Amino acid sequence: MTTNIMIVGVGGQGSLLASKLLGQILLSAGYDVKVSEVHGMSQRGGSVVTYVRYGDKVYSPIIDKGEADYIVSFELLEAARYVDYLKPDGHIVVNTQQIDPMPVIAGAATYPENLVEKMKAAGVNIDAFDALGVANEAGSVKAVNIALLGRLSRHFRFTQEEWEAALEKCVPPKFLLLNKKAFELGRNN
Amino acid sequence: MKELMLGNKAFARGLYEAGCLVASSYPGTPSTEITEEAAKFDDIYCEWAPNEKVAMEVAFGAAMAGKRSFCGMKHVGLNVAADPLYTMSYTGVNAGMVIAVADDAGMHSSQNEQDSRHHAIASKVPMLEPSDSQETLDFVKKAYEISEEFDTPVIVKMCTRVAHCQSVVETGERVEFSKPYVKDIAKYVMMPANAKKRHPFVEERTKKLIEFAETSGINRVEEGDSSIGIITSSTSYLYAKEVFGDKASVLKLGMANPLPVKLILDFAAKVDKLYVIEELDPIIENHCKALGLEVIGKDALPITGEFSQNLIAEKLGIEKPEGLKLDEELPMRPPAMCSGCPHRGVFYVLSKNKITVLGDIGCYTLGAAAPLNAMHMTLCMGGSVSSIHGFNKALGEEAEGNNVAVIGVSPFMHSGMTGLANIAYNQSNSTVIILDNSITGMTGHQQNPTTGYNIKGDPAGKIDLEALCKAMGFNRVRVVDPYDLAATEAAVKEELAANEPSVIISRRPCVLLKYVKTNPPLSVDTDKCRSCKMCMKLGCPSISFKDGKAHIDNTLCTGCGVCRQLCKFDALN
Repeated sequence: MTTNIMIVGVGGQGSLLASKLLGQILLSAGYDVKVSEVHGMSQRGGSVVTYVRYGDKVYSPIIDKGEADYIVSFELLEAARYVDYLKPDGHIVVNTQQIDPMPVIAGAATYPENLVEKMKAAGVNIDAFDALGVANEAGSVKAVNIALLGRLSRHFRFTQEEWEAALEKCVPPKFLLLNKKAFELGRNN
Repeated sequence: MKELMLGNKAFARGLYEAGCLVASSYPGTPSTEITEEAAKFDDIYCEWAPNEKVAMEVAFGAAMAGKRSFCGMKHVGLNVAADPLYTMSYTGVNAGMVIAVADDAGMHSSQNEQDSRHHAIASKVPMLEPSDSQETLDFVKKAYEISEEFDTPVIVKMCTRVAHCQSVVETGERVEFSKPYVKDIAKYVMMPANAKKRHPFVEERTKKLIEFAETSGINRVEEGDSSIGIITSSTSYLYAKEVFGDKASVLKLGMANPLPVKLILDFAAKVDKLYVIEELDPIIENHCKALGLEVIGKDALPITGEFSQNLIAEKLGIEKPEGLKLDEELPMRPPAMCSGCPHRGVFYVLSKNKITVLGDIGCYTLGAAAPLNAMHMTLCMGGSVSSIHGFNKALGEEAEGNNVAVIGVSPFMHSGMTGLANIAYNQSNSTVIILDNSITGMTGHQQNPTTGYNIKGDPAGKIDLEALCKAMGFNRVRVVDPYDLAATEAAVKEELAANEPSVIISRRPCVLLKYVKTNPPLSVDTDKCRSCKMCMKLGCPSISFKDGKAHIDNTLCTGCGVCRQLCKFDALN
């Protein structure tokens, strides 16, 4: 059995650290793990996707439509964009922050309203929260990635200590306290 | 120790463990991190070369000298390096030489999705094709052994989903390698008399390599249900295993060239129905058909784009999972030039003056996107400079004074220089704008010959662009700051009006470079804003309209001040 986690957001939001942390804790737990990301053109403020897959043996590097157990989204519109990747009983953890894409900025399109309600109506198990606010409370907007992972961690069997041990392996010491706090606030608040 | 490692990093690890001593590459997604990671090992000399042809010739020189060597590039880079490759196949090597080529099925970050296996076949050079990080590490080491045993360079073909996927690897220790250099005119001087003797060697080598492919274990059979047999390679293998598990037998080909014969025939004989699952071109499929086998391949599976588990399932009539549906029209989120990008000012001026722009490969290709719409051709590295000459030769006075070539500084060093020499030599009234942003941006900030730093960030030689252009014979070479719209527009208009070829160097470092100090963000004085939307013509991600007035996102704005120059009402400060 393979479990599939998608991390989606806008280029430059810090999804690489989030996938690194997940990869670290899953590898430590003895799973086979694959983490796929796309570099290059997608980084210039475009939509970005990272796939994290784990289990006894993982073949494909990517997650396809209808396969995701969890989608962690750094931005509201990006969560909506990938709903069709979610298994019917899957979960979305989403930061309620909205970042206008270029067509909206240029006035060629509008940012859709009430996306959380619309996703709920479509049958999505959705946990929407202000990860940016949590990150700010922890001390830096840059910790939004770890705040989101703290929230996701509620769905996993790993203890807070195990997550913190993984954090220690992924984060430089001077940012460790900040990230531990963001994780804890995301997980427990 | 087991660790999660990016495919490209595993490649670099393989180079390290194999005792590679010299690595020369040109950056290109998705191959760039191989050389960046290799540069972290002090035991490997690493460099960014001006282009892939130079990189391959550097690696060749090192291999001939008796040290294991490497060069890396993306798929289109192998076209540039094809010239030395095809003859290197004849000379062979001394110590091993490994070439990385990274394909990009799906064109995540490329201008085409050519299948690099054709180059291996045409140059008669062996090619290995790993499907995950552990195989990448192992295959790189194996490639050096093959290179030395069969006296040939060896290509290891990566692709986006192997290069940019982290999977579990076990690492080993470095083993140093060295062979003496011995002069050998007959082997290394490829004039006709010598080359004629080397060609039969190449054909004999291919026969031996086919024997190797039959038995070496790099191609392997995974027994499963015999009702279905699948011949596959690379990521297609991973997708096929995901779909079929052990409900099919699989022949996994780790060697893309040359392909085995007996192994395939024996495998085919044991299964009822035979599929060939391969991305892009039907190379394995055509090989099987030439052997007289009946296979299902491209008649069921697409020849374009990248595969996935669902795609294979759907095309082969197997049930695939269904996701939830959200019935909502969602705006796209395309990439855009960053806030404060120095290229924006140039493209605004070109757009405003309705100038025809022949462009090149880099971040600035985004100048083609709305609202600037200021690029009308993008072909290949350096193509802008050569093509503007042809454009002007074709249209003469009809077009003169209303078109420019725009090229980044890294593609200019790569192959824009030769096109510029052609303009100087064959004299067309062309204007070339070189965007000098002090780095190679698109691939993630690599140094190049104009930056003054090497791959490790240490001081290095620095090409003087102005002196270079003048030495080629350009009388009109000027430098502008693209943050200064008036100066940029004046330069463009004057150089287009001049009756001789000219070069404009638009000079301002990439705003994402760590040493670049940005200004405080601007804000909108809503009392002064008359909603004319002039500032919106820049396509800056920081500027939007809220409640009928311009709005600046102060988390994104770098205070470049370009929008302020457009505002007639002094509302942006």
